[in-house]
Amino acid sequence: MATAAFPASEREHYLNKDYGIRSWLLTTDHKRIALLYLLSITFFFFIGGFFALLIRLELLTPAGDLVQADTYNKLFTMHGQVMIFFFLIPSIPAVLGNFLVPLMIGAKDLAFPRINLLSWYLYIIAGVMMLHAMLTGGVDTGWTFYTPFSTAFSNTRVIEAGLSIFVAGFSSILTGLNFVVTIHRMRAPGMTWSRLPLFIWALYATSIIQLLGTPVLAITLVLVVLERAFHFGIFDPTQGGDPLLFQHLFWFYSHPAVYIMILPSMGVVTEIIACFSRKRIFGYKFVALASIGIAVLGFLVWAHHMFVAGISLYSALIFSILSYLVAVPSAIKVFNWTATMYKGSISFSTPMLYAFGFIGLFTMGGMTGLFLACLGVDVHVTDTYFVVAHFHYIMVGSAVMGYLGGMHFWWPKISGRMYPEGWGRLAALTVFIGFNLTFFPQFILGYMGMPRRYWQYPPEFQILNVLSTAGSTILAVGYVLPMVYFLWSMRYGKHATDNPWGAAGLEWKTASPPPTFNFDEPPQVSWEAYDYEHIPAPEEVPVAR
Amino acid sequence: MFQNFPLWPISASTMSGRVDALFIFLLVVCGFMTIAIFVLILFFAARYRRRPGFEAEQIEGSNALELTWSIVPLAIFMVIFTWGAVIYFQGRTPPQGADEIYVVAKQWMWKLQHEGGQREINELHVPVGRDIKMIMTSQDVIHSFYVPAFRIKQDVLPGRYTTAWFHATRAGTYHLFCAEYCGTQHSGMIGQVVVMEPAQYEAWLAGGTSGAPLAVTGQKLFAELGCSTCHRSDAQGRGPDLDGVFGKPVLLEDGRTVTVDEDYVRESILSPAAKVVKGFKPIMPTFQGIVSEEQVNALVAYVKSLAQPPPGQATRSANLAAPQTHTEQVH
Amino acid sequence: MHDSSAAVETHSPALRHHFADMEQQRDAASLGMWLFLSTEIMFFGGLFCAYLIYRYLHFNDFAAASQTLDIRLGAINTGVLILSSLTVALAVHAAQKGQRKPLVGYLLATLVLGLVFLGIKGVEYADKFEHHHVPGPSFHFESVPVKGHAEMPPAESSHAELFFSLYFAMTGMHALHMIIGIGLFSVLTFFAWKGRYTPEYNTPIENAGLYWHFVDIIWIYLFPLLYLISRHH
Repeated sequence: MATAAFPASEREHYLNKDYGIRSWLLTTDHKRIALLYLLSITFFFFIGGFFALLIRLELLTPAGDLVQADTYNKLFTMHGQVMIFFFLIPSIPAVLGNFLVPLMIGAKDLAFPRINLLSWYLYIIAGVMMLHAMLTGGVDTGWTFYTPFSTAFSNTRVIEAGLSIFVAGFSSILTGLNFVVTIHRMRAPGMTWSRLPLFIWALYATSIIQLLGTPVLAITLVLVVLERAFHFGIFDPTQGGDPLLFQHLFWFYSHPAVYIMILPSMGVVTEIIACFSRKRIFGYKFVALASIGIAVLGFLVWAHHMFVAGISLYSALIFSILSYLVAVPSAIKVFNWTATMYKGSISFSTPMLYAFGFIGLFTMGGMTGLFLACLGVDVHVTDTYFVVAHFHYIMVGSAVMGYLGGMHFWWPKISGRMYPEGWGRLAALTVFIGFNLTFFPQFILGYMGMPRRYWQYPPEFQILNVLSTAGSTILAVGYVLPMVYFLWSMRYGKHATDNPWGAAGLEWKTASPPPTFNFDEPPQVSWEAYDYEHIPAPEEVPVAR
Repeated sequence: MFQNFPLWPISASTMSGRVDALFIFLLVVCGFMTIAIFVLILFFAARYRRRPGFEAEQIEGSNALELTWSIVPLAIFMVIFTWGAVIYFQGRTPPQGADEIYVVAKQWMWKLQHEGGQREINELHVPVGRDIKMIMTSQDVIHSFYVPAFRIKQDVLPGRYTTAWFHATRAGTYHLFCAEYCGTQHSGMIGQVVVMEPAQYEAWLAGGTSGAPLAVTGQKLFAELGCSTCHRSDAQGRGPDLDGVFGKPVLLEDGRTVTVDEDYVRESILSPAAKVVKGFKPIMPTFQGIVSEEQVNALVAYVKSLAQPPPGQATRSANLAAPQTHTEQVH
Repeated sequence: MHDSSAAVETHSPALRHHFADMEQQRDAASLGMWLFLSTEIMFFGGLFCAYLIYRYLHFNDFAAASQTLDIRLGAINTGVLILSSLTVALAVHAAQKGQRKPLVGYLLATLVLGLVFLGIKGVEYADKFEHHHVPGPSFHFESVPVKGHAEMPPAESSHAELFFSLYFAMTGMHALHMIIGIGLFSVLTFFAWKGRYTPEYNTPIENAGLYWHFVDIIWIYLFPLLYLISRHH
C-alpha cells in the first residue's frame, strides 16, 4: 500500500543512523557497502571513459597524431582492464546486488557482512594498485595480455597490473560466495525458490560463475607473474612452453566473465518490465532456468575466441556448435520479455526506457554473436572492429543500460528521493542515440577489414571512424547527466514513498530509504512473485519535480 | 560500392564470395529477427500502453511457445553452424600442389620467401588463378596474417608453423594487416598482396635479384651445417636418411608414430631429443640459436624436395611405420 | 538487543544478529566454507591442468626431472600432513566435546606438524637451488638415465625446466596455503586457550579443519604427480 511520503529526515534509516567517516569505512551494513561500491565504481567508470575518449579522439584521423603508438596501446589496454575488472564485473552485483539481495529475500543483511566489507577493501586495494601501475608507466599488453608478448616482450607494469586484477578477482569471489550462501540460507519464511524475484535468480547464476571461473583467472595471472618475474617459460616456446595454453586458461575465465557482466543486467530488466507492464513475467520458470543455463553453458565455449589461433579443426567445430547452444537461453529471455508486454498495461518511465534500450541493443549484440560463432565468417571478422562493436553492444549497450535502468528504478529506495523524470528520459534517449552512433559504424569497419587495436589506419576507414567518435561525445553527455541529477536529487528531489512505482517485491514493502535492519518486522511471504494482480498501479507516473 | 565511401570489402579470392554469401544470409536472418522483435515490442508498447479502464492480464506462460521459440532458433542456428563449418574446413585445408610461400613474422614486419628464392618484405607478389599456401612462423610474439580482400586470417605463432591458403581471382593490390596485437608498431605492420596476371608475374619472378631457390639454399645449409655427415643415404648414417621421408609417418623411440610435416622437421632441427626415430640414438645436437627462422624454412624446403630413394638401394632409412609388431612403451 | 518480540530467549553470545539462530549461522558458515573450497579446487585445477598437459607432451623429460626429487622427504612430508589431518579431526572432536586443554593441544600439534612440513619443503627447495634446478637464468640440468628405463633418451633441458617451473608453482602455491593455514591455526589456538569455543559454538574450528583437510588433499595429489613418475622398476 502506498504511504504518504514521509520525509526521510524525520525517522531513522540506514543513511542517517550514524554520521562520520568511521561509520562508513567500518560499516557492515550491506546498504552502506553498496554505496561505497557505487562511489568507487563510478570513479573508475570515468577513468575508463576518459581513456575511451582519448582513443576515439586519436582515431579521428588515419595517422597517429594525437598520442604516440606506445601511449595508444596503453590507452586501450587500460580502458579494457579498468572497465571490465573495476566497473562492469562489480557494477550490478556489488551495488544493486549488495543493496537489494537481503531486502528482496526478507533478510536483515547478507550472510557474511564483514566479508562483504572485506570484499570492498580488496577492491579498493586492487584499484590503488591499478592506479599506481597506470601512473608509473601503464600497461600495453591489451586487456587479454597474450603471451609471449606480456611475459617476455612488454616493457610495462604487467606484474603490478596482473596482481591488481588478482586482488580484484578475490573481491569478486567473496561477493559471489556471500550471495550464494545468503540466497540459500537466509530467505524469509515463505520465500521459496519459486517465489524469488528473477533478479535474485540472475544474481545467483552470476555468483556461481564468479565462484568457479575467477579462480582460474587467478592462477593464470599467478603463472604470468611468475613467468615474467622468474623467466619460468611455461608459455614461452623457446623454453618448451606453449603460448596457446595461456589463451585456453585465460578464456576459460574470461568467457564466463562476460556472463557475469550481462546476467545481472538481464535480471534488472526482468524486474523493470514486470513492473512497468503491471504483469507477472511470462514464463517465470523458463527465465529462471535460462539464467542457470547461461551460467553452465557459458563455461563450455571459451575457445570460440581462438578459432584462428591455431587450434585444431575439430576443436573449433565443437566450440562453435556449443556457442550456438548458449545463444538459446538468451533468446528465450528476449522472447519472454516481449511476451510479458503482451496484454500488459505499459508506462514509459525512465527505467522502462532503459529496459527497451536493453532489449533492442542486446538483440543486436546477441545476433552479431551468432556471426562470430559462425566459423566461416569468424575467420574474416575476428580481431577486427566487428568484434569490438559486438562486445560493446553487449557490455555498454546492454549491460550498462541495464545498470542505469536499475539505478533509476531503485534510486527512490536507495536515496529516499525521486530523480527528475524529464531529465531521466532525456538522458536515456541521449545514451541510446550516442551509443548507436558510436558503435554501429564499427560493424561496417570490421567487415571492411579494419583490425582492432590499431593506432593508425588506412584512409578509407576514416569516415566511419569520425562518425563513431562523434557518437562517443554524445554518449559521454548521456552518462554525465545522471551523475548530475542523481546528486541534485539527494538534496532537492521529491521525497519518495515506500513504493513509488507500485512494484512487487519485498524491498518495496519497507521504507524509502530502509531502516538499518531492513524491516521493522521480519516478513512472512505468502504470495507468488510478481503479484501485480493485487498491487495497485501508482496514482500517477512520477514526473519531474 | 561507393568509390570514396566504401562500405564493403573487395572480393578477390575464391573464398571471398563464399564468406560473403554466408554473411549476407546471416544479415537477412538476423535482420529479420531483430526487426520482428523491434516491431513487436513497439506494437505492444503502443497497443497496450497504460490507459484508464484497462487492466493487465496476468498470463503465467505457455510451454508450447517456450518449446517453439527454443527449437526453431536452434534449428536455424544449426543451419548457420553447418554452413560456416563447411567454409571453415575449406579455408583450413590447403589444396594439394599449391605454390608455397614461407612467411616469417617479426615485430614489426612480414618477411616472405618464395620457393624460387625471391624474398620480400611487407609485400607478397602472387599470380592470379593459382593456389597459394603460406607456411608461417613468428620470430617473437604472436602475429596474425590477415588479407581482408581474400577473407583469410591466421595467427602466426612462435615455435611452430601455421598455414593458410588462398586462390586469388582478380589482379590488384590488397591490404595485408597484422591482426593480433604485437606491440608498439602493431598497426604499422601493414603490407600488401600484389596479385598479377600470369605473364606479369613471370616477369617479376625473373627480374630482380632473387638468389637461389629456397630448396637449393637449404641444400647448401644442409652441407654447411654438417647435417649431411649423419643424414646419409647409405647404411653408415648415424641419422635417418631423409630421402622421400617428408609427408610419411615415422615410428619413434617411445612408440608413438608421427607424420613428417614442416613442424616435425623444424622441431627436429631445434629440439632434436624431443622425438627420436626408432633405432637411432639421441645424439643430434640442437641448432637453436644457430639457425634463423628463414634458414629453418630453407632446410624444411630442402627436405621436402628430396625425391623418393631409387628402388633396390639398401638404406638404413627412417623407420616408416610399416605394419609390423612393435612393443608399446608403457608409462 | 534484538531478541524476538514473542518471548525472551537467551542466545549464545556468539550469535551474530542478522541470523535468526545459531543453527542458521552454523549452516551458513559451513556452506560458505565449502563454496570457498570449491574455488580453491578451481584454482589448483588450472595449475594441475597445465601440468598434466605438459607431462603428456614431454613425458620422458618430466620423468627424468622428477627423478631428482627426494622421494623420501616427499613421503615423510606426506606422512606429516596425514598425521596433521588426524590432529585436526581430534581438535574438532575436542571442541565439540568442550574439552579446552585437548583442543589447544591438538591445534598446537597441527600447527607444529605444519611447520615441520614447511621445514622439510625448505630443505628440498635449498637442494634444488644448489643443483641449479631453479628455473631462470641459472637453470642447468644434467640428464641422467631414468632408473630402470635405460631406453629413454636424455632429457631435453628446456622441458626439464618446464617441469621445475610447474614444480615450484604447484608446491609453492601449496606452501602458501599451508602458511595461511598455520596463521589461521595460530589465531584459533589463541582463542581456544581463551576459552572461546564451546560445544554450542565451534564453527571456526570445524571450518578451519575443512580448510586444512583440503590443503592436505592437494598434497596427496601433488606427491604422486610430481614425485612418482615412472618410479616402478
